[in-house]
Amino acid sequence: MKSTIKRLDHQVICGIVESSAKVLDLGCGNGDLLQLLVERQGAKAQGVEVNNEAIHACVEKGLSVFHSDIDSGLPYYPDQSFDYVILNQSLQEVKKVETVIAEALRIGRKAIIGFSNFAHLEARIRMFFEGRAPIVSSLPYDWYSTPNLRFLSIKDFKSFCAAKDYKILAAHFLDTQGQVRVLPNLFAQNAIFVITK
Amino acid sequence: MKKSVGAVETKHFTFAEAEGFKLESGRTLGPITLVYETYGQLNADKSNAILVMHAFSGNAHVAGPATGDQDPAWWDFMVGPGSALDTDKYFVICINVIGGCKGSTGPSSINPKTGKPYGIDFPLITIADMVRTQKVLIDHLGIKKLHGVIGGSMGGMLALQWVACYPGTVECVIPIAATLKHSPQQIAFNEVGRQAIMADPAWKGGNYYGGPVPEKGLAVARMLGHITFMSNDSMEKKFSRRLKDDTHAFKFSADFEVEGYLQYRGMSFTKRFDANSYLYITKAMDFFDLSDSKWIPEGGLPGTRFLVIAFKSDWLYPSIQSQEMVKQLQMRRVDATYCETDSTYGHDTFLIESEAGKQEHLIKHFLAKRK
Repeated sequence: MKSTIKRLDHQVICGIVESSAKVLDLGCGNGDLLQLLVERQGAKAQGVEVNNEAIHACVEKGLSVFHSDIDSGLPYYPDQSFDYVILNQSLQEVKKVETVIAEALRIGRKAIIGFSNFAHLEARIRMFFEGRAPIVSSLPYDWYSTPNLRFLSIKDFKSFCAAKDYKILAAHFLDTQGQVRVLPNLFAQNAIFVITK
Repeated sequence: MKKSVGAVETKHFTFAEAEGFKLESGRTLGPITLVYETYGQLNADKSNAILVMHAFSGNAHVAGPATGDQDPAWWDFMVGPGSALDTDKYFVICINVIGGCKGSTGPSSINPKTGKPYGIDFPLITIADMVRTQKVLIDHLGIKKLHGVIGGSMGGMLALQWVACYPGTVECVIPIAATLKHSPQQIAFNEVGRQAIMADPAWKGGNYYGGPVPEKGLAVARMLGHITFMSNDSMEKKFSRRLKDDTHAFKFSADFEVEGYLQYRGMSFTKRFDANSYLYITKAMDFFDLSDSKWIPEGGLPGTRFLVIAFKSDWLYPSIQSQEMVKQLQMRRVDATYCETDSTYGHDTFLIESEAGKQEHLIKHFLAKRK
């Protein structure tokens, strides 16, 4: 009996990735998601990660990981060498977003992109009524200490995909309890898109 | 406290007595003796062997107490019961390279044709020659597939060369602070070392055996080597500008601690290393070049995975060279993990026990069987 997956975003991504898929996780952290994909989906998993301790944690889990930042770590992967390239909660920290997503779709058939929605109700209230820069509870950093370079909403991402001609194959919207069906740009804290060229 | 690997026996293996062994240069060498040590037990299906490749001035004595005039073990913290190369699990082998002076056939060995040491009549050898001779011994031990091949610096080059020569015969490849080829800077450092040796009148065209050895030249070569093995930070910490005797002597003597240290390391090296071996092995490293990626078969290397480790402060084998290695593996879809470790000790980090923790953790877990 497999234990339940704690993180909702991980549950969703495990549901997206087919069994035995080849997966590259950009900004894989300590490898929790990759480990789930290996154990549950039999994925052939690799990661890219910049943090030293996180790399050690990945190796401890038996994962292959490349020590690099995402902005400079992709050009040598061959075209279409992965079924999925994952950017889960790592896009916000990327400097060259357009290049990284283009690269993700060059080396992967599909990209799974998960990010916090900065147009969530909570952030809007903070902005509108309190006059403070938006903070979302899924990424609770102050403006001066946040690692995030990018503050985007679900709408922003959709229009980005339209402008770049990327097809959205699936979209999942989450709050702390589960999937959000109504007005996701207002009520979802997290979004996970599956896109392709 | 680390458990010791216990007493170790140094073994000899001699082959190519009749026909000789054909080298990459086309010349033959024989007979060839390899000196080696083993630790732990080879399991019944001979699947738990790890071949440790030593660095430039290393030898077969990786771990355990030194006997007689043997050098102290060079990787004792890495090999033993419960260590990263766990001798309760793995059968660890280390073989001294040909061309060296630590027991295996090299320029100071007796040439059977003349009854005298080879000197520079010894044929030029390559990293591939070192590996191909080691394969003869691995075959002799009945090992068809190695669980791992691991080494730092030249040892990492040997590990890569093993895969290049014998793809499919190893599961885990661990090059540490290594490169696919020497840069002009690395060749230049080696050439200065070689010139220092050959400029010593005692070198006598390599024919010094039985008389005074070119210790001045060899010591200078080693002093230069030592500078490249350390980092500016580690030298600052170790010596700063401290004086040996608290005062400037206003003479060309070793005033600074760093000078005394280098002189000491240089001279002590001459007691344990042969000048001609210095020439042969550095030349073999300079010739080494796997940068064209042709060594990786078209279909990649299924069943083989790499752990590439570099050190941030290593300027002799800078991390960019390890990254090139990993990028080449990525291009050929080979399973590779890369980690650049923070350390201030420079190239020598892989040999420093206080810095061992991070390397050991990576290596131990990487070597574990995958599901």
